[in-house]
Amino acid sequence: MAMSSDEEYGSDQMMSDDELDADSLGELAGNLDSDYDNDADDDQFLENMRDDKPQKPAYEVDYTTLSDAELRNKQKEQVEDVRHILGQPVEQTAILLRYFKWQKERLIDKYMDDPDKVLEDAGLGAEWNDDPKLEKVRGFSCDICCDDDAEMNTYSMRCGHRYCADCYKQYLENKIMSEGESGRIQCPTDGCSRIVDSKTVRLLASPKVLARYGELLNRTYVDDKPNLRWCPAPECEFAVDCAVRQTELHKIIPTVVCNCGLRFCFGCGHNDHQPCPCALMKKWLKKCEDDSETANWISAHTKECPKCVSTIEKNGGCNHMTCRKCKHEFCWVCMGPWSEHGTNWYNCNRFEEKSGEEARGQQAKSRASLERYLHYYNRYANHDHSAKLDKDLYVKTEKKMTSLQSSSGMSWIEVQYLEAASTALQQCRQTLKWTYAFAFYLQRNNDTYIFEDNQRDLEMAVEQLSELFEKPADQLAASRKEMVDKTAYVGHRRRILLEDTANGLRDERWQFTTDIR
Amino acid sequence: MANLPKRIIKETQRLTEEPVPGINAVPHEDNLRYFDVSIHGPSQSPYEGGIFRLELFLPEDYPMCPPKIRFLTKIYHPNIDRLGRICLDVLKSNWSPALQIRTILLSIQALLGAPNPDDPLANDVAQKWKEDEKTAIETARQWTRTHAMS
Ligand SMILES: [Zn+2]
Ligand SMILES: [Zn+2]
Ligand SMILES: [Zn+2]
Ligand SMILES: [Zn+2]
Repeated sequence: MAMSSDEEYGSDQMMSDDELDADSLGELAGNLDSDYDNDADDDQFLENMRDDKPQKPAYEVDYTTLSDAELRNKQKEQVEDVRHILGQPVEQTAILLRYFKWQKERLIDKYMDDPDKVLEDAGLGAEWNDDPKLEKVRGFSCDICCDDDAEMNTYSMRCGHRYCADCYKQYLENKIMSEGESGRIQCPTDGCSRIVDSKTVRLLASPKVLARYGELLNRTYVDDKPNLRWCPAPECEFAVDCAVRQTELHKIIPTVVCNCGLRFCFGCGHNDHQPCPCALMKKWLKKCEDDSETANWISAHTKECPKCVSTIEKNGGCNHMTCRKCKHEFCWVCMGPWSEHGTNWYNCNRFEEKSGEEARGQQAKSRASLERYLHYYNRYANHDHSAKLDKDLYVKTEKKMTSLQSSSGMSWIEVQYLEAASTALQQCRQTLKWTYAFAFYLQRNNDTYIFEDNQRDLEMAVEQLSELFEKPADQLAASRKEMVDKTAYVGHRRRILLEDTANGLRDERWQFTTDIR
Repeated sequence: MANLPKRIIKETQRLTEEPVPGINAVPHEDNLRYFDVSIHGPSQSPYEGGIFRLELFLPEDYPMCPPKIRFLTKIYHPNIDRLGRICLDVLKSNWSPALQIRTILLSIQALLGAPNPDDPLANDVAQKWKEDEKTAIETARQWTRTHAMS
């Protein structure tokens, strides 16, 4: 269903833009159509998606993405920095920094207090062998292999525990390749806590082992530093640097986008779950897991038309259903007539609490609480499912468009708006999905209504865009402008919702029914 | 058996030539990496008077990796589970290739003398040990009589 009137958009704006700063208000207050016409330019649109605006929205955090090489450089820089202060060689400084989990100031403080103790604790002696080398030692017998060949090479660190070079090599290979150790490998001697430095590894290990050692050291760097996190995408080698701390996660949801394209939460490593704080997200997932039996019936993908009871299958993401038989239009989620959804009466997203009288008695109460949960779960699961359907539909549409491209003479660039629309849909459904987990735990007050209005506006916009997608391919070309406009509009609604929820979290304005720390 | 490393030959030699009191380790004739082991329960412990049989196997990458050891005699101990597996740091993360069969067996004997219920493997036994040490020790004594003295 196309909600075609411009007044709809107009009234939306009047309703919920009060809170926006003057900047964005100005941007919005102008003629909407012309505004979005400008945005229709693909580059401009992408820029909006990235929100590269001078003033950073409340729901965004500062972060940088770091490659393997950049991570190594960072470590090198810090070692260089500290090594001059401590007057220690590079290798030793690196070990000290790792031992202190890269807390430079703490290391320097402690070192100034008592250098010998710091060196000892970190597994280094006071002296330093600057140039490790292999030696042949007369009358030596290796305690690991029991070989006593006078011609064999041997090695020891400053602790003096000497083994044949082959055994040392094998020892390191075993530690690095099999056990995945790097920065805390000790001397092979039982009870000797001397740490094997990277010079030793370089001297003894094969190139393959040495490369792995470097990777593992790099890993410990990221693992040791609270401002770094690996991108959770499988095989992705980027790390993200973000200053948000674990203790702040009840006030902010630090959402980042890796160079590989994955949008995830820096706080917990989960896929993007804005606007739901980490703690709520975890509680919600746990609850869904515990209650999955009860909720299973909901995710069934076929339902009956509420009017003529013929079976209807959902194959696109859009929730506006039209029964093929009786042409009755209804909402897939609440099964109510669709006619009510296009207006201000739309309240598919809001759960109406039963009045107190109805909910008397234990049984009635537990039934009410189940109904409440199902209301939110239903919508949460539906957006999750719809996002997948939208995506499938996009893949199919893309194929059709490719053929259309050749027949209609449209260029590749010209059909890119479809991809932009699909991306926006995915992202908005992801956000919508988590608004329902957020709403489930939200205590009702005046702020709740603003949130629910924002949620509804985003949901309506998304359903409209989703609906455009379901059109046959030959009609898609005709609705290009509409789709471009709606794509920009859903992004805009999403930003409004996220801005409001993020501000509320930052100011601790939201009240939840459960602890979010 | 082809090519037994010098290290294993030496260790085996030393185990027979200078045996450790209360510990006995003999390699199988057909597999020199597989040892029959027996350990005497330490005096002043609930295992006193018992002789505990274990199997010990030296894997291919020994001594880079620790030997595999398991109790064959049933034993009631917070760090030894029902399958006879032993929770001992030197058999895991604290293994060093400079350690030997002899030192490992001594550590196991010491573990019998000083159970550590805070680092348990057999959870229910460790629980008992912490809740009611007296009864746990009595049970250990009984098990020793039943399974380790015959
Ligand atoms: Zn050797
Ligand atoms: Zn040493
Ligand atoms: Zn990534
Ligand atoms: Zn999170």
